[in-house]
Amino acid sequence: MEMTRKERIDRGIKVRTEGIYAISSWEEVLYLAGPRLVLILGLLSLPLVLQVAPYWKRVVNITCIYALLALSFDFLANYVGLVCLGGAFFIGVGGYLSAIFNVYLGFPIYLSIPLATFLGAILCTFVILPVLPLRGVYFAIVTLMYPLLFTRIIEAFNILGGTNGIAGVESFPSPWVEQYLVILITLIALFGMRRLVNQDIGLVLRGVKDNDQSVRASGMNITSLKAFAVFIASLIGCFGGAYLAHLYMWAGISLFALDFSIIPIAAVVIGGGGTLTGAVIGSFILVPLSEFLRFAGTFRIVIYCVILTAVIVLKSEGLMVYFQRKYHQRERWVKL
Amino acid sequence: MGKAMKEQAILSVKGVTKSFGGLKALADVGFDIEEGEIFGIIGPNGSGKTTFINCITGFIMPDAGHVFFRGKEITGWPAHKIAHIGITRTFQIMRPYYTLPAYKNLIIPLCSPRARKLGGWRGGGRHGDRDTVAVDILEEIGFERDSKVPYKLASTLPTGYQKRLELARCIAMRPEIIFCDEVFSGLSMSEIAGMIPVIEKLKMEGVTLIMVEHRLRELFRVADRVMALNFGEKIAEGEPEEVIEHPKVREAYLGSEEV
Repeated sequence: MEMTRKERIDRGIKVRTEGIYAISSWEEVLYLAGPRLVLILGLLSLPLVLQVAPYWKRVVNITCIYALLALSFDFLANYVGLVCLGGAFFIGVGGYLSAIFNVYLGFPIYLSIPLATFLGAILCTFVILPVLPLRGVYFAIVTLMYPLLFTRIIEAFNILGGTNGIAGVESFPSPWVEQYLVILITLIALFGMRRLVNQDIGLVLRGVKDNDQSVRASGMNITSLKAFAVFIASLIGCFGGAYLAHLYMWAGISLFALDFSIIPIAAVVIGGGGTLTGAVIGSFILVPLSEFLRFAGTFRIVIYCVILTAVIVLKSEGLMVYFQRKYHQRERWVKL
Repeated sequence: MGKAMKEQAILSVKGVTKSFGGLKALADVGFDIEEGEIFGIIGPNGSGKTTFINCITGFIMPDAGHVFFRGKEITGWPAHKIAHIGITRTFQIMRPYYTLPAYKNLIIPLCSPRARKLGGWRGGGRHGDRDTVAVDILEEIGFERDSKVPYKLASTLPTGYQKRLELARCIAMRPEIIFCDEVFSGLSMSEIAGMIPVIEKLKMEGVTLIMVEHRLRELFRVADRVMALNFGEKIAEGEPEEVIEHPKVREAYLGSEEV
């Protein structure tokens, strides 16, 4: 039998280390910028393309919300080491705050969304602060409990509209603003996050993930580092909540739905953990897929699960990691 | 001598006591360290050496006792604050950042507020040349730059290098005191021979070193004074030769003669 082995050859740019490239020609610029341009232009052109299918424009909005949540999950889990299932919590806090500002206090939409985003992130960080010393699954459990806790409080005390929620939230001035706002924020969050994790602070946060005791021994307060990371993640999540409240023109306890915690994890697993872009791509596969499967009625969830399982078993590294490798390396079989 | 020494002690520890449930890990242990000396702590397994370091560096709270750094009480301060004022430590069970290359392991301490303020090792790394400073430190401590060892992932490094990486992470902080928790253990004779000049050089630069060691022969080559612990109690302190001849120390290591 003939022995062969797979050989991998880097392609594209010759001089490079890790993420740093020495560019010497237009082709190399295109090679680097290509995938980024495809993603940016693809997302920006979606609303125009989907003019023919208005229903799917709505799906894009929701998908972007899930993409934002997946980004914040990926950041916390793979760059800080906090497995945070608080997606629903962020969405709920952001949504309710935005509704309170808009309906009860009469703030216009362009004030209520930023205010709800910042104050919501501060609130989320303060509530999560006491459990920051917890690690792994324990942190996950507590963050999973918070949305349930807030739902029950709202139900039991019949505050903030009780089970009916807060209706009459102002809608966006035009469908174009509605759509491009969330797409632009998704892009800014994605590229901003990718930049953040390569800064000094990103490196220190990765240190916290690898070995928090060593970071303490280096004279840095791990609690405030983790709190900073949670603040960044909840900033993104709370924006999603505030946006959703204005999109639905209503804030209710369904904003605390577990979907917001669970689907982002699936998206990150499919897209590839630790790539950030993978989180966005994963959301853009999973959420439209779940909409598309509506034709199958109640059978939808079965098909959905089968597809999800297949991807996890067959490409457990995640699609983004796989495509990245295919893009940067050429493979060929060589005889031994 | 006692009084004069107390006045110039850089680190003074008095009566540190710590129990874990019913087990008394440390009972009334203390010492005075002069600036720039190398102080050894020896003792059989489980005698409380690492617990003692943990109590001083803020990783666990002592039940009783006081720690003074240059006359200022730092008992019960959080670990990061103690590291910030210049008291650093290595870990006996190595704690590198496994997913990062070796030199990036040093960027993290170089990013710390202390290193930003003072500059890292020898004042370098304040203005964004951290990568160079990190590789310089690693080269000095025996990571061969030519064979690209500083650029290897920390998880792929052999034990000897990981031990040295622990020390390098302390050096990067530009510390005043380093607690070395068994930096020689797991190293080959030649690796230790390479480490000893590093330690002597640190001493010449004015760094105070407190070394917990099982490798007595190597420790005694560098240590100025030694303290011996057994079952959480201080049984001897003094020049290395005195301590090793001390009957209680011999008993702790070799067993009593009556048996």
